[in-house]
Amino acid sequence: MHLVLFIIFGAVCIGAAINLLVQKHPINSALSLIVVMGSLALLYLLLGAEFVAAIQVIVYAGAVMVLFVFVIMLLNAGEEERTPHGSRVAIMLGVPGLIVGLGIGVWVVTHYAGLDRIAIGGPEILNGTEGFGNPRSVAQLLFRDYLLPFEVTSVLILIAIMGAVVLARREE
Amino acid sequence: MTIGTYILISVIKIVIALFVLLTGVAYTTLAERKIVAHIQNRWGPSRVGPFGIWQPLADGLKFIFKEDITPPFAYKPLYLLAPILSLTMALTAIAVIPIGPWITVGGVYTPLQIADVNIGLLIILGLTSIGVYGVALAGWSSNSKYSMLGSLRATAQMVSYEIALGLSLVGVLIYAGSFSLRDIVNAQSGTFLGFIPKWNIFTGQFVAFFIYIMAAYAETNRIPFDLAEAETELVAGYHTEYSSMKFAMFFMAEYANMFTVACLATVLFFGGWLGPVFGPAILLALLPIFWFVLKVLAFIFIYIWVRGTLPRFRYDQLMAFGWKFLLPLAIANILVTALVVALK
Repeated sequence: MHLVLFIIFGAVCIGAAINLLVQKHPINSALSLIVVMGSLALLYLLLGAEFVAAIQVIVYAGAVMVLFVFVIMLLNAGEEERTPHGSRVAIMLGVPGLIVGLGIGVWVVTHYAGLDRIAIGGPEILNGTEGFGNPRSVAQLLFRDYLLPFEVTSVLILIAIMGAVVLARREE
Repeated sequence: MTIGTYILISVIKIVIALFVLLTGVAYTTLAERKIVAHIQNRWGPSRVGPFGIWQPLADGLKFIFKEDITPPFAYKPLYLLAPILSLTMALTAIAVIPIGPWITVGGVYTPLQIADVNIGLLIILGLTSIGVYGVALAGWSSNSKYSMLGSLRATAQMVSYEIALGLSLVGVLIYAGSFSLRDIVNAQSGTFLGFIPKWNIFTGQFVAFFIYIMAAYAETNRIPFDLAEAETELVAGYHTEYSSMKFAMFFMAEYANMFTVACLATVLFFGGWLGPVFGPAILLALLPIFWFVLKVLAFIFIYIWVRGTLPRFRYDQLMAFGWKFLLPLAIANILVTALVVALK
């Protein structure tokens, strides 16, 4: 059951991600990204991390992407235009990159003897990490084990916000 | 319980909950028109049946038979998706709301709730935040100035007030120590001095309650925060171009969201189904549901009362109120609550 759901939502996730790149209109791309976020949340849920899944939906699908859609609406961005042949640099770097990426993927799958070594199967494979995605364990990681990095990150975000304010006010 | 029984019971519960919710939505529209009419010294609908009680049915028929117009320059897929998204998210939220304790019916022990999940509150917040897309996409895909302005206003307003709303609930969560709505209700059982119930509103969360209720009114785009559909300036806001059942879906979503807000206020601050229970077994089973419904209806009445009483904010006042007053107040409330719980 878990495997079936994993394959379904994994496929939805990858399909939406490809759709995100293929779509010409930015709002369709943004909506595809929301689908990607949503299916990622469901994958977290399959792993038994219901808190992380809910936060994924609230923060990424619900807040970050709303701002994306908001900006697209405000700018009233139209359909993007395609150059007939695409960028030459993209082809020169992209094709070897794609080959290398596929090679690594194939190596991982063959070297580790298939998918059974990758964590699929839901909560039963997570023995020993009891309730790793519940609010208590997330809070313990954030506020005890990794308190300093967490606080430093928040200062970093604060700096980014102030930078954005300064950039936005420069015209005066 | 076998998986078959589980699915059967869930389907029964879903059908009952949807039926009750949609009937409630239909009759809230009537109640609103009647109560606002009386506040303004009018009679309100009185022609369809005695006291106008068949008015919602007549309205429903009218919506079904009206011509469904799609504006020629609308972006059709999203124009169609927007009302569906709004209504689906609004109706789904009812699934995690507990209306009573666990009961035994025909030998099956089951909660009076469609899904007893341990992150119920987060699910409702998530559904609300996805529901914003319905409003945003409706305005954008209609390709109309009024719709666009209305939906920009609504989206900005909902995103802003969502933060104050979420933070106002943290105090309650600290008290209960759980995201499960059922645990939150159970944490409020008991009384002070034998007669004052230990509901969160009486145990120091009244500031949180007022932040919640104000933010929730803004979340549902109701007066005094209905800038998004300010009819004097924007015709009707984000659903200007919608007609027939598509408009009705937005309308139903708005009222279903009112019910969610009322249910959540009841569960989080007013002890959910808790209340005096007495009498024979049948009364013991039904009284909790009665108390729950009574509290929810009281909140719906306050919604309508506020609508009949208060004028609308200006948009800059709305934003300043949300960010400069409600948000700091909510954070202060979290600090005080956390200190009280930590020092206890």
